[in-house]
Amino acid sequence: MKYTIMINEGPYQHQSADSALQFTRALLEKGHEVFRVFFYHDGVNNGTRLSVPPGDDRLIQKEWSELAKEHELDLVICIAAAQRRGLMDADEAKRQGLDADNIIEGFRISGLGQLIEGGIQSDRTIVFGD
Amino acid sequence: MAMLHIVNKSPFEKVTFDSCLGHASAGDSILMIEDAAVGAIDGTVFADKLKAAMADKSVYVLVGDLTARGLSEDRLIDGVKAVDYAGFVDLTVDNEKTQSWL
Repeated sequence: MKYTIMINEGPYQHQSADSALQFTRALLEKGHEVFRVFFYHDGVNNGTRLSVPPGDDRLIQKEWSELAKEHELDLVICIAAAQRRGLMDADEAKRQGLDADNIIEGFRISGLGQLIEGGIQSDRTIVFGD
Repeated sequence: MAMLHIVNKSPFEKVTFDSCLGHASAGDSILMIEDAAVGAIDGTVFADKLKAAMADKSVYVLVGDLTARGLSEDRLIDGVKAVDYAGFVDLTVDNEKTQSWL
């Protein structure tokens, strides 16, 4: 089956960020297809490459990034939510006249239309959040 | 058309679980994840409400979230089924629609 996953909470803030990652892993292990993962609200914080948790803690952003690489996942960050929270890719940082970007490999920034398309194209849309 | 209701809030803290029980239809499934897992324990003030819902609905709990809260399966209400993430995935396949009660 084809799935779209929506994540509304950031890492280390609420368990739902971990739940979404574990659910997506289980989906892939069972042979299902992940059409898109859409990060909204504080969920955009799952896409920064500048998180440095203590050495014995999980690094959720990197786990998403590696999962995306392994399974060619489409990880999409909502642009409006990202701009409010300081999540930038190189193009967006340049457009805004900022001196840095921080998006981790495997994520891309786009709009809410990507969520709607995910809902239309997928058999199931599962929402994780607080 | 069966629906999977995913609840992630403790029924002792938030009203979302009660809202879910008020809206779920016969033949639907309810899955307790995250803090909602504590609602699966027998002998609480919430247990009777869940038992009533189980007359015509299937009820599941994500076992990892249960044990992460120091609770064991032997304390579950009779008839509540413990599932892992693979079981969670199967529930989303078996039910055409899902509702996350955030």
